[in-house]
Amino acid sequence: MTVPLDPAVAPLVVGFELPFRDGYLPSIIFVSLYVSVTAVALSTLVSVPVAVAVGLTEFRGRRLLTSVVNTGMGFPSVVVGLAVLFVVSNQGPLGPLELVFTREAMILSQFVLATPPITAITLAAVAGVDDGVRDAAHALGGTRVDVALAVLREARYGIATAVLAGFGRAISEVGSVLIVGGNIAGADGVSKTRTLTTAVQLEARQGRYETAMLLGGVLLALVLAVNVVVVRLGGGVGR
Amino acid sequence: MQRRTFMATVAAGVAAPAAGCARGGTDGDPGVAGETLTLATTTSTVDTGLLDAIHPDFEDLYGVTVDAVPQGTGAALETARNGDADVVMVHARGLEDEFLRNGYGVNRRDLMSNDFVVVGPGDDPAGVRDAPSATAALAAIADARAPFVSRGDDSGTHAKELTLWAAADADPGGDWYRETGTGMGEALNIATQQDAYTLSDRGTFVSQRPRLDLVVLLEGPIGGGPAALANPYGVMAVNPGVHGNVNYDLAMAYIGWITAPDAQAAIAGYEVNGEQLFFPEAVSEDPDLRQYVPEGRRDEEG
Repeated sequence: MTVPLDPAVAPLVVGFELPFRDGYLPSIIFVSLYVSVTAVALSTLVSVPVAVAVGLTEFRGRRLLTSVVNTGMGFPSVVVGLAVLFVVSNQGPLGPLELVFTREAMILSQFVLATPPITAITLAAVAGVDDGVRDAAHALGGTRVDVALAVLREARYGIATAVLAGFGRAISEVGSVLIVGGNIAGADGVSKTRTLTTAVQLEARQGRYETAMLLGGVLLALVLAVNVVVVRLGGGVGR
Repeated sequence: MQRRTFMATVAAGVAAPAAGCARGGTDGDPGVAGETLTLATTTSTVDTGLLDAIHPDFEDLYGVTVDAVPQGTGAALETARNGDADVVMVHARGLEDEFLRNGYGVNRRDLMSNDFVVVGPGDDPAGVRDAPSATAALAAIADARAPFVSRGDDSGTHAKELTLWAAADADPGGDWYRETGTGMGEALNIATQQDAYTLSDRGTFVSQRPRLDLVVLLEGPIGGGPAALANPYGVMAVNPGVHGNVNYDLAMAYIGWITAPDAQAAIAGYEVNGEQLFFPEAVSEDPDLRQYVPEGRRDEEG
């Protein structure tokens, strides 16, 4: 992915000279992946158990909870960014941790963005598992954990889709990471909190549309690569 | 308001001991090595590449990292007001004075200047080319109801534009006046696409000129135009008395470095497309004492 192109060949491949210094592109790819993958991993750890628990138990307010989660899928990322900024800013409750303009703050905001779709889609996948699976697990003397595991196994394709949806939301959004991350790259051209999306925004704002499109293409290729990996791990969604 | 004060108190209480630890050794080294300076600044200093060109010197000298956060002037000052930056570099003297007056900033220095230019389509339907002053130019645009792209984002350039409209006694509004809420680069792109006029800082315009269909119709003072289009940048530290968490030592080291002859020479030597973008103001045999006086008070002082 980060194999440097031969400078003599690069212009032929992409049609023009890359206007970046060495290390710039790999570093923004790294920041994008680091932030999004971490956020989605944390979201998955929280969302899947919650979704399975909610999906397998009957309780009052379950529909309300489902509605809240579904609404969360529509959170505008800019609003989430502002809310997270308020929390991590020096004036906010987490101010002493000095998280503003760091990758950790970006992970926090993407966690908030990715959790609702992962929870909602996992919930739908769990709800879609045939009741027979649960009954069979019970009948075979399984504990509640065994039942949950059996359901998870059946729902794994749906869960893989949920993770991909969360990842797609995280890596493609620009509003919140711009606000809480600050779009910082060092004077040496190495990104601190600049992601592919905020780099696209930076290029577009200066009218360098070709470069912006190129970065967009890199982002697309990255999402495709992650999809392939997750689909393989998930055992082939929709085979 | 009360909640803010409370949170600031809590934050200061927790942060103060941490800041004490971070101050580092006193045995000869400057005590700032390895630290990070957060600079809230405007898009023009970052997008033109100026800061990337000059910051490595400072980083090497002190062994520190500078995180430059590019925002509009209004947003940069707000970031600093919340104590989320250590030093601010912006270009709207009125807003800077307010920031200082409210106690959020200390030790402001004039840093450098460039100028604003009125740019627009080459055929100049409103006749801005013949305008004797900046206010006359804007008045001509308003009279002709020619499309004008406004930043509309509380940036330094936007603040200057509003001052000029007020001076021109015009109340911009209607179809022809388009607030975009974007950075300078985007505003220039939009002006190109809509054959509109706009007010731009020279730096951003020059660095983007090859990709624009706009020409300079009214020069600023650098090109011999009216002084009303001057665009001075100032640098100031966030008041450590208000925000105990800020890295005041490093902020002052930065202000000292960037207002010293070496860095000022580096600013003067920075060119884009063969043109100098920023003109140093901090070093002079005859220092301008008026820089320490708030903008509105200068006349009283004589």
